Amino acid sequence: MSDATLRASGALAGGEAAGEEADDTIFADYVGSGPDGSASIHLLVEGAHCGGCVRRIERALNTENDVLDARMNLSTRRLVIHWRGQAERAGALAATVARLGFTVVPFDPDAAIDSHERRGRELLRAMAVAGFAAANVMLLSVAVWSGHAQDMDPVTRDLFHWISALIALPAIAYAGRPFFRSAVAALAGRSINMDVPISLAILLASAMSLVQTLNGAHHAYFDSAVTLLFFLLVGRYLDHRAKGHVRRAAERLLALSREPATVIGQDGRHHSLAASRVRPGMALFVAAGQRVPADGTIAEGRSALDNSLLTGETVPVEAGPGTAVLAGALNCGGPLTLTATATGDNTVLADIVRLVEAAEQRRSRYVALADRLAAIYAPAVHGLAAGTFLGWLVLGGAAWQDALLAAIAVLIVTCPCALALAVPAVQVVASGRLMKAGTLLKSPTALERLAEVDTVVFDKTGTLTRGRPELTGAETVAPADLRLAASLAAASRHPLARALTRAMPDVAPASGVAEQPGMGLAWTAPGGEVRLGSRAWCGIATLDSDAAMELWLRRADGSTLRLTFHDRPREDAAAVVADLQRRGLAVEMLSGDRVEAARAVADELGIATWRACQSPADKSARLTELAAAGRRVLMVGDGLNDAPALAGAHVSLSPTSAADISQNTADAVFQGALLAPVVDSLLVARQARRLVRQNFALSLAYNAITVPLAVAGVVTPLIAAVAMSSSSLVVVGNALRLTILRRSS
Amino acid sequence: MSGLLLLIPAALLLGLVGLAAFLWSLRSGQFEDLDGAAERILHDDDDDDDPATVSRSR
Repeated sequence: MSDATLRASGALAGGEAAGEEADDTIFADYVGSGPDGSASIHLLVEGAHCGGCVRRIERALNTENDVLDARMNLSTRRLVIHWRGQAERAGALAATVARLGFTVVPFDPDAAIDSHERRGRELLRAMAVAGFAAANVMLLSVAVWSGHAQDMDPVTRDLFHWISALIALPAIAYAGRPFFRSAVAALAGRSINMDVPISLAILLASAMSLVQTLNGAHHAYFDSAVTLLFFLLVGRYLDHRAKGHVRRAAERLLALSREPATVIGQDGRHHSLAASRVRPGMALFVAAGQRVPADGTIAEGRSALDNSLLTGETVPVEAGPGTAVLAGALNCGGPLTLTATATGDNTVLADIVRLVEAAEQRRSRYVALADRLAAIYAPAVHGLAAGTFLGWLVLGGAAWQDALLAAIAVLIVTCPCALALAVPAVQVVASGRLMKAGTLLKSPTALERLAEVDTVVFDKTGTLTRGRPELTGAETVAPADLRLAASLAAASRHPLARALTRAMPDVAPASGVAEQPGMGLAWTAPGGEVRLGSRAWCGIATLDSDAAMELWLRRADGSTLRLTFHDRPREDAAAVVADLQRRGLAVEMLSGDRVEAARAVADELGIATWRACQSPADKSARLTELAAAGRRVLMVGDGLNDAPALAGAHVSLSPTSAADISQNTADAVFQGALLAPVVDSLLVARQARRLVRQNFALSLAYNAITVPLAVAGVVTPLIAAVAMSSSSLVVVGNALRLTILRRSS
Repeated sequence: MSGLLLLIPAALLLGLVGLAAFLWSLRSGQFEDLDGAAERILHDDDDDDDPATVSRSR
């Protein structure tokens, strides 16, 4: 990501951009005011991964005189600053954080604290209440069970049943609401989901137990109903958290790439405005390569718009005057003038919602598997329970109460408690483990698709290599020439010029350097013109055969000198490639670079299959070819040119140094200067798949044993409660093994 | 048997106290940042968290 993009996107980046002027209005737009007249702003901080970072940020801000409080949340990477004074201070405070080397973007907390978080809290509260009730009812039930063996006084037993009822019924009424609501919604839509048998089992068990208690009978299932609810809520909450991780990752990437709008004023002048401040009717300017900041219609200009972020279409759409465009579309062609039609708030929010919905639609096949199971499971359970009731009533000649009791027992033991825990427990543990290692999953299905991979395709520049050239052979060049070249290079943002400046950091820039785009730099020295740039710029006609990146320096006297640069592979690239090959994965490299440059890297890293001079279309064609051959490909890439390939691969990974669009396209993003997260992600995904399968097997085995017992009518409350709790604990325990499984396995 | 009349309410009361404490901690935002809280305890913040030092340095 270049400095220019970061500034254009309203973000303040660490490092080189830190010293530059912030666009204060962008930050001031997000400032809220407290009751005591203090101002506050919420910022997303990218790049903070440990307590040390939190401490540096908070300390730097707290030493500012007007800052009342600065607190960073490490889980959500959100920073809240309260200060006394003007809203305009926000830009300066954000710059303070940026100077420490972090990238910060403002965000609107009202948009972020949404129904998702509220639902999370509701589930947690329900879980706490159900847990409390389950523990206490179980305490009483154990006494009743042991009473069966030791002739408990019926009066005491009834008392215990009554107390259980008083605890369990209100708890069920409160904590069961998430399930009841979902079941009612499903029934209203004339369909059945997993929550229907769950709600039915809980309600019938409670009602039956109440009747038993009223009649002073033996069997009350309060304990089963409440523990069932508790374990189901645990599963629901874990699932919710796993989705929250994915969602936050997507949200953060989106906020980072959110761009301010360029508004054309009445006087025809351009000024930038936060996208949230755009109002309908404003004229907006969208340069080539920018994202459309707000919904609108094109007033002037023709271009191609890439809607892939919005619709998943990979082919850009032609657009001209009168075409309606959506916020988030990427302008791939010429400059456009738009008339905004929707308010900025709506579109920025809509942007997040669209991205998140897209992510949520690609639901995990694990969960989808559970849903498919539910489609068979729910009717089967209802049929089985009804069959049991009728069977006992008609064939067995039992009293209707006993027949109903057996039917309820069937409903309780078949309740997919362990099944509902099987997937979320594994996913939470796996994504937590990857998160700790710096890998953010963006798609809920990424884990499962990663587990199926048999081929890994790498991009070269920026993925296998560090993506920034370094000066080579500096010792063979006279220091005076290097200094001269560096003094010119300081004036340019060209990557090779920047590499030269990095290699010679203490050289003062020459003044009056002119840049000819695509050619090079010229500076009029006392003795004549000095040039730095391409071969042609310096008047060299011949071609060298080696592949090195080069800059030529033409001194004032007309003599020339060649400077070569090299893009070094990441430190562990060779080890990672070897490790992948040892594990039986095919490794390929697709590079847009020249043949010689690609060969040098492929040979160094031991990659036998590689292609050079690949256009973005060539790359995705190669992936299609591999997919047609039945290969499951993991694509690792970072550049704009990799985006189509990333989208087309079975699963894709991007380093966090990647272009915005690649990060948006990839299924997961990894941090750091090493490639090791690629191997780690594959291993964790494979372990997760193994554990999910084991968990499904465990819960089906549990059903295979208990269902016949329930149909036979021999499941007492004791057996139901013990079987259900133990199966749930076994499944969760199995998922937790993922944290202790060794890397090498 | 009469012991039950004391013990059961006592058990329930203790459970309720635990539940109330959890709900309170949830409401007061103690579960908002589990990762950060784990790290914060390691910070040796003598110099900027001690009010006396802060007022001197400002």
